[in-house]
Amino acid sequence: MLPDSKIPSGPLASKWERHKFDLKLVNPANKRKFEVIVVGSGLAGASASATLAELGYQVKCFCYQDSPRRAHSIAAQGGINAAKNYQNDGDSVHRLFYDTIKGGDFRAREANVHRLAEISRNIIDQCAAQGVPFAREYSGYLANRSFGGAQVSRTFYARGQTGQQLLLGAYQALSRQIGLGKVQMFPRTEFQELVLVDGHAKGIIVRDLNTGALSRHAADAVVLATGGYCPVFYLSTNAVGCNVTAAYRAHKQGAHFANPCYTQIHPTCIPVSGDHQSKLTLMSESLRNDGRVWVPLKSGDQRKPWDIPEGERDYFLERKYPSFGNLAPRDIASRAAKEACDAGLGVGPTGYGVYLDFADSIKRMGEPSVREKYGNLFDMYERITGENAYRQPMRIYPAPHYTMGGLWVDYNLMSNVPGLFVLGEANFSDHGANRLGASALMQGLADGYFVIPYTIGHYFASHTQHKPSTTHDAFGHSETQAKARIDRLLSIKGNRSIRSMHWELGRLVWEKCGMARDRAGLEEAIATIPKLREEFWHNVSVPGEAKGVNVALEQASRVADFMEFAELLCRDALHREESCGGHFRTEYQTEDGEALRNDEDFAYVAAWEHQGEDKAPALHKEALDYQEVKMTQRSYK
Amino acid sequence: MNLTLKVWRQKNADEPGQFVSYQAKGISQDMSFLEMLDVVNESLMTEGQEPIAFDSDCREGICGTCSVVINGAPHGEQKATTACQLHMRHFNDGETITIEPWRAKPFPVIRDLRVDRSAFDRIIQSGGFISASTGGAPDANAIPIPKPDADTAMDAAQCIGCGACVAACKNASAMLFVSAKVSHLGVLPQGKVEKDRRVLAMVNQMDKEGFGNCTVTGSCEAACPKEISLDFISRMNRDYAAAVVKSAWNQS
Ligand SMILES: Cc1cc2nc3c(=O)[nH]c(=O)nc-3n(C[C@H](O)[C@H](O)[C@H](O)COP(=O)(O)OP(=O)(O)OC[C@H]3O[C@@H](n4cnc5c(N)ncnc54)[C@H](O)[C@@H]3O)c2cc1C
Ligand code: FES
Repeated sequence: MLPDSKIPSGPLASKWERHKFDLKLVNPANKRKFEVIVVGSGLAGASASATLAELGYQVKCFCYQDSPRRAHSIAAQGGINAAKNYQNDGDSVHRLFYDTIKGGDFRAREANVHRLAEISRNIIDQCAAQGVPFAREYSGYLANRSFGGAQVSRTFYARGQTGQQLLLGAYQALSRQIGLGKVQMFPRTEFQELVLVDGHAKGIIVRDLNTGALSRHAADAVVLATGGYCPVFYLSTNAVGCNVTAAYRAHKQGAHFANPCYTQIHPTCIPVSGDHQSKLTLMSESLRNDGRVWVPLKSGDQRKPWDIPEGERDYFLERKYPSFGNLAPRDIASRAAKEACDAGLGVGPTGYGVYLDFADSIKRMGEPSVREKYGNLFDMYERITGENAYRQPMRIYPAPHYTMGGLWVDYNLMSNVPGLFVLGEANFSDHGANRLGASALMQGLADGYFVIPYTIGHYFASHTQHKPSTTHDAFGHSETQAKARIDRLLSIKGNRSIRSMHWELGRLVWEKCGMARDRAGLEEAIATIPKLREEFWHNVSVPGEAKGVNVALEQASRVADFMEFAELLCRDALHREESCGGHFRTEYQTEDGEALRNDEDFAYVAAWEHQGEDKAPALHKEALDYQEVKMTQRSYK
Repeated sequence: MNLTLKVWRQKNADEPGQFVSYQAKGISQDMSFLEMLDVVNESLMTEGQEPIAFDSDCREGICGTCSVVINGAPHGEQKATTACQLHMRHFNDGETITIEPWRAKPFPVIRDLRVDRSAFDRIIQSGGFISASTGGAPDANAIPIPKPDADTAMDAAQCIGCGACVAACKNASAMLFVSAKVSHLGVLPQGKVEKDRRVLAMVNQMDKEGFGNCTVTGSCEAACPKEISLDFISRMNRDYAAAVVKSAWNQS
C-alpha cells in the first residue's frame, strides 16, 4: 500500500507556510542526541548535511568520490532558476510554478512544485551569501538568462559552470561543519545495504573503496541523496560513476520506486563518435539562446554547412514552434532532432546529428560577446571534436541526461519506509514527466537547505524508535548479504568484460526504451534483460579480491544493479499507455506527432513495490489531484 | 594506432611500485586518454588480470578527479586540458607513453595511479568558506558586487582541486590551490569579514600537511587545466602579510 502523501490542506499558496507551522519541532538542546546518515554529497546531500549540522544534529556523510567536492552536481553548466523577477519581465512564484508543472507535462504534484517555486528565491540569497560568484551586470546586480520552456529570464548562472560554483558553496558549508566536528565525512565509501530495524530505516552497510572493508553505521534516520540513474543507458552525460545502487537496493528493502520511465534525453549533446566512448558530453542548453538548430532540407546533402544557402536549410524548431523556437522544452527539441535524423536529414559522419549554428549571433553581437558568454563551451567542443564552432556550426544530438523518476517520497520527502528520506535527483518528486532546464539544481538545493531541515525534525519528534546498536541482528544480516554479493561477483571468473555487458544492456535500453518506445519493443526488452542478467552472473569477469582497491568490483557491483533496474524501467514504460513529457509511446501521439496524454487513465504517480527476485513488481497509484491548474495539451507553438 | 604504455603499478602505499609495459592496440584518435586506458583495462580484465587503478568521474574536465602524469606532465602537455579531455589525436602511432600518479609527499599513492588528496579537503575545512549558516541571508541583490570583482572571484573559483599544481611543482607547493580559494572568497564583500582569519588558518593548515614552499617557478600555472593565474599567489602573499601584522597588533 502507498502511504498518504501528506500534502497539506488549504490553498496552494499557503500550504508550505502552514505545514511548517504544523510540523513538530525538536528542542535545540535535544538535536545533538539525534544522528543522521546522509548518503551523497552532491547539491542535495551536501546542503542537507551542512544545514542539519548547523541545526545541531550529528551527521555522517558518505560519497564514493575521493572528495565530496567531486559529486556529479559539479558538472551542471547552464544555471539555476529562481522566481526573483529581478528583470521585471513578468516572473513570479506562480509563473515559475506554472511553467514547471506544464514543463513536466502535468505529471508532478502541484503542492511540491509550488513549494519549490517559493523556496527558489531563498536559494539564490543563501548562495550569494556563501560567496557563489554568480554572473553580474555592470551595476553590480545579478544577471539572468532564459532557458528552455520559459518566456522570462529567471536563470542565474556562473559562466558555464553553475553547478560547480553551487556545489563548491555547499561543499564549503559542509567543510565548515566537518572542521567543527559536527559532520563526519566518509569519502571513497560506497553504499551497500540499507538496514531496517522494526520497519524503520536505522542504518547502512558501506564498503571502504580503499581497503575493501565493510562497516556498519547506525543512526536515527537515513537520507539518500545519491543522484540519478542515467547510466542504465550506458552512454549518457552523467559521470561514469553515477549509479542506481543505493536507490535500487533501498527499493529491494521496501522503498517504492516511482515513475522510473520518466527519463530525460537532452537535445544538445556532442554526437556519438564510436563504440569506445565512455560518456557523452553535454553542450549547455543555454547555447540555444543564441544558436539556431537546423538540418539541410534535402536528405543526403553532402555539402559543407557554409555552402548550404539559407533557402535550403530547415530551422525545424523555429518552423514547428514559432513562439518558443529554439527554446522549446527538452523532450520536444530532442524528439524533433530524432525525427529529422530518422528522415535521413541528419548531419556528420554517422548521420545522427543536427547543426547548432552561431553564425547569426556572431554577426549580431560580435565574436567577443559570444566568447564571453559561451567561451568555455566552445573550447570544450573543440577539445572533443577538433572543430572550431566559431567558424562552423556545432553538431549536436540528444543523449540521456537526467532521470525524473526516483524513489517515491511524501511531501516531507520521506519514502514509504519510515525514517528513509530521499533528496535531489534520487527522488521523483518535482519534475513530473519532463524537467525544465535549470530546475534540478533548484530542487536539489531546495530539498537540502530548506525542506529536510524542517521535515526530519517532525519525524524525530513523532516517533520513539531511536538509533539502534550496530550489534543488532539486522546489521549482521545486512552485512552478510553485502558480503555474499561481493563474494559471488568475485567467484564468477567468466570471460565477458564488465564494460561489454554494460554496453549491451545500455544499447538495448536506449533502443527499446529511449527517445521513443512502443509495446513490441518494450516487451522484447523485458524478455531480453533477464537473459543478459543471467549471462552477467555466469560469465562476467571480475578479477581481484574483496580486500583493497578493486576497480573491477566497484564497476561490476553497479552494473549488476542496472541489470535488475532496467527491467523495472521498461515495465513502467510498458504499463503507461500514453505519451507524456520524456515518455513517448509511438502508439499515442497527436496528428502532428506531439505527445498524447491520457489524463483519464494515467493522471497518477506509478509507485512500484518490489515483490522479490524474479517476481513482477506490484503497482501502486497515487492520483494527481489538480486544484489550481487545469491539465491541458501542452503547446509551445 | 598502436602505442606502448609504461604504467606505474603499485599494489598499495606500503609496497614499492614499478613501471610495467602494456601494448594499446587499435586506438582511435577520437578516444580520450582515459578511454584509451579503458581499452587496455578491458583486455586486462578479460584475461583475468587486475585493471590499472586510476581515478576519474565526470570525464568532462570539471570534477577534478582524474590525476595522471603523462610523459612527465600532469594531465599531459595539452594546454588547459584535463587528462579526461585530452584526446588521442594529439599522439602518434607507435609512440611510447609514460603514465604515472601525482608524485608529492602530501598525496600518498593508494594504488597504481590513485592518490590520496584529502589534504586539500582539510585545508578547505580549516577556513575555506564563508560562515553563512542557512537561513539568515539578505536578498541576493542587497549587496551589489562590482562586475570586475565578481569576475576576478570567478576566475579564482574555477579551480577544480585536482592537484596538478602540486604535482607540477618541484617543491610540491599548494600555493596556487590555496591562493585561488583565498582570493575567490577574499575579493567578495561577503567574504571580507573573515578574510584575515581565513588566510592565516588555511596557510597554517597547508604547512601542517607538508606542502613545500613556493619559489615562483610558475610550473603550477602552466600545468593548471583551468589556467588559474599566478597573480593569485601574489595576492595571497599580500593578504597573509597584512593578516599577520594585524594579528600581531591585536595581540600586543
Ligand atoms: C552535464 C550535466 C549538466 C547539467 N546542467 C544542469 C543545469 O544547468 N541546471 C540544472 O538545474 N541541472 C543541471 N543538471 C542536472 C543536475 O546537475 C543534477 O540533477 C543534480 O546536480 C543532482 O544533484 P544530486 O545532489 O541529487 O546528485 P549528485 O550530484 O549526482 O550527487 C550524488 C552523490 O551521491 C553519492 N553516491 C552516489 N551513489 C553512491 C553510492 N552507491 N554510494 C555512496 N555514495 C553514492 C555520490 O558520491 C555523490 O556525492 C545537469 C546534469 C548534467 C549531467
Ligand atoms: S574526470 Fe572529471 S575532471 Fe577528469
